Amino acid sequence: MSKFFGWLFGKKQPPATQDHDVANTAPLTEEQIQAIVSNQNPRFDVQQLIASCGQSAGKQRDLNEDSVLALTTTMAGNSGNLPFGLYIVADGMGGHQFGEVASNAAIRSVAGFILKKFHPYLFQVKTDTMDESFQEVMLEAVREAQRTIQREAPGSGTTLTAALVLGQQVTIAHVGDSRAYFVFPDGRIEPITRDHSLVKRLEELGHITSEEAVNYPHRNVLYRALGQGELLDPDIFTVAFPQPGFLMICSDGLWGVVAEQDIVRSIVEAPNLQRACQNLVTAANTAGGPDNISVVLAQLVG
Amino acid sequence: MDDRGDDKNSSTPRQLQAGVTLANRYAIQEVIGIGGMGSVYRARDMHFPSVTKLVAVKEMINSAPDPLVRQTIVQNFEREANLLATLSHASIPRINDYFTIDSRSYLVLDFIHGKDMEAIINETNGFLPEDQVLGWAIELCDVLDYLHKHKPDPIIFRDMKPSNVMINQKGDVILVDFGIAKTFQTGVKGTMIGTEGYSPPEQYRGEATPSADIYAMGATIHHALTRRDPRIEPPFSFAERPLRRINQAVSSELEAVVNTALEYNPDDRFRTAADMKQALMGVAKKTGALVRMKVPTSPMTQPGAIKPLWSFKCEDEIRGTPAIFQGVLYVGSYDNNLYALSAPDGKFQWKYPSDGGIVSKPALFEGNIYFGSEDKRLHVVSARSGKVVWTYFTEAPIRSSPRIAEGHVFIGSDDAHIHAVNLTTGRLSWKFETADAVRSTPYVFNDLVYAGCESGDYYAVDFRGALKWRFHAKRAITSSTVGTDNTLFFTSVDSTLYALDPNSGWVLWRFRLGKASISTPCIVDDLVIVGAADGFIYAVDAKNSKEVWRYRTEHQVNGSPVVYKDSVYCGSVDGNMYSLEYRTGRLRWKFGAQAAITGSPLVYDDIVYFGSTDHRVYALLA
Repeated sequence: MSKFFGWLFGKKQPPATQDHDVANTAPLTEEQIQAIVSNQNPRFDVQQLIASCGQSAGKQRDLNEDSVLALTTTMAGNSGNLPFGLYIVADGMGGHQFGEVASNAAIRSVAGFILKKFHPYLFQVKTDTMDESFQEVMLEAVREAQRTIQREAPGSGTTLTAALVLGQQVTIAHVGDSRAYFVFPDGRIEPITRDHSLVKRLEELGHITSEEAVNYPHRNVLYRALGQGELLDPDIFTVAFPQPGFLMICSDGLWGVVAEQDIVRSIVEAPNLQRACQNLVTAANTAGGPDNISVVLAQLVG
Repeated sequence: MDDRGDDKNSSTPRQLQAGVTLANRYAIQEVIGIGGMGSVYRARDMHFPSVTKLVAVKEMINSAPDPLVRQTIVQNFEREANLLATLSHASIPRINDYFTIDSRSYLVLDFIHGKDMEAIINETNGFLPEDQVLGWAIELCDVLDYLHKHKPDPIIFRDMKPSNVMINQKGDVILVDFGIAKTFQTGVKGTMIGTEGYSPPEQYRGEATPSADIYAMGATIHHALTRRDPRIEPPFSFAERPLRRINQAVSSELEAVVNTALEYNPDDRFRTAADMKQALMGVAKKTGALVRMKVPTSPMTQPGAIKPLWSFKCEDEIRGTPAIFQGVLYVGSYDNNLYALSAPDGKFQWKYPSDGGIVSKPALFEGNIYFGSEDKRLHVVSARSGKVVWTYFTEAPIRSSPRIAEGHVFIGSDDAHIHAVNLTTGRLSWKFETADAVRSTPYVFNDLVYAGCESGDYYAVDFRGALKWRFHAKRAITSSTVGTDNTLFFTSVDSTLYALDPNSGWVLWRFRLGKASISTPCIVDDLVIVGAADGFIYAVDAKNSKEVWRYRTEHQVNGSPVVYKDSVYCGSVDGNMYSLEYRTGRLRWKFGAQAAITGSPLVYDDIVYFGSTDHRVYALLA
């Protein structure tokens, strides 16, 4: 019997004299099948998505023009229970209270659109999957938000960084200079979006260095924002949720104020996600809090 | 929850209707455009009752909630209207009237019979002739020069782009949208001025000078000649898309002028619009009237310059893909035989006869070759001797290729089942019933077997034969699946390249191909490369589903591309085997067989092997 296991797993070559024309055969028993199946690292196990968020108007602004949404639930389906999450940060621009109207409208619009699309799958029993792809849903949601903002707050604008999580797939729609990051327990932190800011573009082109970028005048000028401009296509892409690791979305009131290593430390050293978010907000305020601070943190465990 | 939702307002809720008379003078006929802040109408000026005098009425709806903001907008509007009234140039529309009623302001201009440049670019098949674009550019530089020389202050247009240039029926150029309908800028963080893509770097900093119009002029010409909209590319990236690389018909003189206009540093551009106009006129003189050089797209000079290392003739078409093992090439033919040829020189070693055509790609495992035949059987043959080891019967011809994993060989059959056959015993472990013939090769990953069938249904089945999830495309899935750690890719006859989540079957993204596809994609770096029946080989970004490049062949691409080192190899029904640089899609070489190539190549040890319906197997240097 052990010959079969060896042969099946290819660890030993069968003896040279064995002619394949005359093989000793027998069907695999249930135990043998079980042994094969359980020997693999199970990848499609049920996992749990957890998330938390933190916000503050900061120390120097009266008004909080950022808006945040963090929604986490589970989708029951044929292929098991899939974690479902929607995480959005929007940083409004422009005075006259337009900024908060714009960021709020963006969140309502995007989240409303996406949840309407997923509603039958979340709250009814559906045996098949949606016709549209995740990326198509995100694109339509952002376009809808663009129309809403132009109607409700013409002349204003907002950034938007939204993440739709289903199982291990993260689909991001992004406009502006709020950011999404992957943070790893080993201390690595990687931005996964690129800023649509003038300064970032000049840096990409090599016209200025990253040191020059830090103090560049008009470093807040965006060349793309939700609500402004007529043709709007956000950056949309799908990547795997970092495991182990965290997904973080935040406005520039956090990333522009707290150094990356301090951000990582605040997350990795905190006992739970809520604490991590509080620590991040505190860190930004301690560093002066010049702008509104928003952060969402999510993690896939299990 | 009401699915119709409450956000379904039309984008212009209070549009004027046809037949309404505005300000007791303008009879609205039709909406001809929709801008950011209101609509543009064609109307008839009723102060001229005995003729039909047509005008364009631009409406601006001022819905800012703040009264101070609203007042400022109206003042800006009136100031610009007055300015427009003082201008006089053939390329600037005449303003006839302006007025404000409640929260709406109106500008009445001469009606222009014609189309805007962006519409012309989009509606033209292929590239616009250089002469035509050159003529437009010269007129535009002339009007820019006029605006820049305005006294007391130069007028900077700030929004030069194809959609703001009308071409009337005489072919003349008219600039429209003088910024009167622009959204109110609050001047705080994140302000955006001008149109992304056409505006130079300094314009984003609020420093608009005549130089900015010159940059935008260069961007406009670039768009017109390449059909590439700069708004959907990263800003200031024109250098990555040189004019002549995209449109070989453009003269190098014109390319030089456009490059000067697009210089990053304003001081390096043309100093004035008049200088640019001079340069353009110089180009027109030099290129003269219609001398056009047909630049071949292929760097190869003569056909047949590539010689195969060897070729081997079978008795019938080779439609499938070869496999290689220990210096021997195995390939099936429609003459019912599986051939074993010596890989270095193509010398015949043996052939094994089945009773049906073989389109299956053979799989190799532990000294045996596995393949399916149209004689309904899966054949297992010794690689060394060509003698049969065992065969397995299905109920219909097999056009799928086998996949070996986990002690089993998985293969589809036209009998509408996925068969899982035990490698040791040659007996069926289980078979899974599908809706139609399975011609794709099953894909095995992480405890699941994936396969599509001819009805468009696609299945994820576990190792016991139980269905985990199913997906449905509108037409057949003949392509096999390839995958990364977290994505499955395949194409369908419904003209789509799909990216699916392997765990749940949810669609991450879909990419529309020109026509049906049965080609299996191949993945390299973050690129998915695949062919389609429209003759194109596409390269699509695996993360954001954007097309990176496409290459045109002369007929359907049914086989699958294969990547080796820096190149991708793919055959076409046009009879050629193409070798392209996989990052750019640029042609390295192409080799013509005598007839269609429908299978995929195999590349091993710097040699490309493939079969053709001209009955031959070829080996070329990669």
